[in-house]
Amino acid sequence: MMMNRRTLLGSLAIGATAMPRLTRAQAANTIRIGVMNDMSGTYKDNTGPGSVACARQAIEEFGAQGFNVELIFADHQNKPDVGVSLARQWYDQGVDMILDVPTSSVGLAVQNVSKEKNKVAINVGSATSDLTGAQCSPSAVHWAYDTYQLARTTGGATVAAGGDTWFFITADYAFGHALERDTGDFVKAAGGRILGAVRTPFPGTTDFASFLTQAQASRAKVIGFANAGSDTINCVKQAAEFGITRRGTKLAALLMFITDVHSIGLETGQGLVCSETFYWDLNATTRAFTRRVLPKMPNLHPNMIHAGCYSATLHYLKTVKEMGIAAAKAASGTDIVNRMKAMPTMDDAFGAGTIRPDGRKLHASYLLEVKKPSESKGPWDYYKVLGTTPANEAFRPITQGGCALVRA
Amino acid sequence: MLDLIEAYLGVPAPLLFGQLLLGLINGAFYAMLSLGLAVIFGLLNIINFTHGAQFMMGAFAAWMLLAMGTNNDAGLGIGYLLMFPLFWLVDAMTLKYQVSRQMRALAFGVVLLLFLPGLMVSLPGIGPLASVIATTLDLPTRIAAVLAWVFPNGLGYWAALPLCALLVGVNGVVLERVFISRLYKLDHLYGLLLTLGLGLIIEGIYRNKFGSSGLPYRIPAELQGAWDLGFMFMPIYRGWVVVAALIFCLATWLIIEKTRLGAYLRAATERAELVQAFGINVPRMITLTYGAGVALAAVAGVLAAPIYSVNPQMGSNLIIVVFAVVVIGGMGSILGSIVTGFGLGIVEGLTKVYYPEASATVIFVIMAIVLLARPAGLFGRA
Repeated sequence: MMMNRRTLLGSLAIGATAMPRLTRAQAANTIRIGVMNDMSGTYKDNTGPGSVACARQAIEEFGAQGFNVELIFADHQNKPDVGVSLARQWYDQGVDMILDVPTSSVGLAVQNVSKEKNKVAINVGSATSDLTGAQCSPSAVHWAYDTYQLARTTGGATVAAGGDTWFFITADYAFGHALERDTGDFVKAAGGRILGAVRTPFPGTTDFASFLTQAQASRAKVIGFANAGSDTINCVKQAAEFGITRRGTKLAALLMFITDVHSIGLETGQGLVCSETFYWDLNATTRAFTRRVLPKMPNLHPNMIHAGCYSATLHYLKTVKEMGIAAAKAASGTDIVNRMKAMPTMDDAFGAGTIRPDGRKLHASYLLEVKKPSESKGPWDYYKVLGTTPANEAFRPITQGGCALVRA
Repeated sequence: MLDLIEAYLGVPAPLLFGQLLLGLINGAFYAMLSLGLAVIFGLLNIINFTHGAQFMMGAFAAWMLLAMGTNNDAGLGIGYLLMFPLFWLVDAMTLKYQVSRQMRALAFGVVLLLFLPGLMVSLPGIGPLASVIATTLDLPTRIAAVLAWVFPNGLGYWAALPLCALLVGVNGVVLERVFISRLYKLDHLYGLLLTLGLGLIIEGIYRNKFGSSGLPYRIPAELQGAWDLGFMFMPIYRGWVVVAALIFCLATWLIIEKTRLGAYLRAATERAELVQAFGINVPRMITLTYGAGVALAAVAGVLAAPIYSVNPQMGSNLIIVVFAVVVIGGMGSILGSIVTGFGLGIVEGLTKVYYPEASATVIFVIMAIVLLARPAGLFGRA
């Protein structure tokens, strides 16, 4: 048989992604966790190697409990088709649980595969609250945060703090619209007013100066950024350049991670308001967790997605232990997730928590303000905690999501 | 949205003027970048899709120069960038003394191994030797250490402007010598594919090394603050960007249209053989032209670093728009790219006021219309 260089390279690539063949005896005693996220694109720092490091930390701390745990990871390139075929391949090859999966479109697609195959999927990185709403699944859990919680914490609490007139700069696609709508609802419910909104083309906008001056012309007290990643970073950078924050206007980033703050720098980012469900310097246990995981992290402190991967992996492994490895390997994804929902969660990153019947993991959410450079005492000392939304209020009430699992 | 449009149609004229000014500033970036592309296309007939990556490299090089005293990765980055001048030197020497192809390849190989000793470990037969050389002669690491020692506070914005242009420009020169120069006899498409691929590879390397969320770069102290113009708040730095872009554009136009060197260049694009017959080294001139075009992109990158997020994707976000600007202005037309760069910045600025959703599309709509009416572009020769 002829084999030219190209087919040889192709088969090598397939061989590299395929998993090592284990003997049957080993496979029956091994739990396989697959971390699927963005290893090379826009969300690499927010998820990527950091998520893998935190999952690995959880496995290490869980220790030997009578079965082996194997971790694999792959890059879904933020493309739903790549994510779906990877998920199928993984589940067929004996991966027991898929973790992380940022980018809402990919997260939803992978969750559908897990539902079809009745395997466990724990989403940590995606934002959309549809994962536990209209598109919820009995074999899936949504861990760290969602659009509703971000809107609730940042929107509601900012109005309560006096920021009662808003102007939105919104990325012109589904995610941005949803975030603007949800936040707007909370602002209005808290007695605030929306003075206007401007929809910026996505992707492809790098200069926000003219949108920012429009926002300023509206005389709103708060400018809300319903966008993410480098769009938000550019907005914040340019708002500082135009002196918007210095003249008393508050900036609210509706989706922002500490990894983004690190990139903006405190000089530019000071005074910015955002929310996360985890901050490394929150209390003694979060600091202890961060100290343990830092040697594994890629020059970053963990954000809420990274910490979520740790917490989710730990809870999943505890559940497997409680079921017994033989029973857990034989059980369907729905059975395992039902057991996960029955058990309260407890870990150093999020403290005590629960998982709701619709798959929503519940924990507190924090309203945070980026410190001034003079207030920061060291590297990664970035946030002041302005307020806490308790676990039972932070997320969408279970009856309002339209999840079929709840009606049944 | 309607109330916004109404508010602006009633025209507080000063507010509109503010948006025009902002458009002009964006236009400055379009002009700088499309100018480099036009120079390269006009004289080399290469559609340079690496331009976005080179713009990004300019911004990153500025950050590396600033951070090299404290951040080891930054110093290493400069160390690797310094590999290219050496490549160029080897290339020039081997050409001058007309050594055999094998010797030339060997010389290039030695430079490569000096900077990437890790590669040597993979060579068969010299494993133990390789690890000794790799540990004793790790050139980028040594350069980084020396730089950190000499410049503990790094090099600021004003030093970065010329240095980044030089570093990234020489990198472009080597790309031209090693890869692009092989394609002049082929169809445009091959050049496009090659440069697009190179751009993707460069972007990937930076993303692997520096992550995706970007790095901070502050506005230089001299240009901080803002003027209150009454109708708007004008950051001093943005004013500087417009002035700098105008200076660079004007200088480039003067060199190409009004000097003897420019005349040679223009002649070489028309009839390369004839110009060569007059004793002018056309290949070298073309190489340096490519380097100059790349240096323009790098300068634009340094200008952009304090305003935009310095991340590996920053170039690919901008480059498509810039290509549309070049097409509208007329491929290869210097004046065309300058005028349309500034003009389209203003048009885009106005769109951001009246119908923001279309602000990313408006340039392409104009491109379609212009191509229908004047296929060679506004300033192009048919």
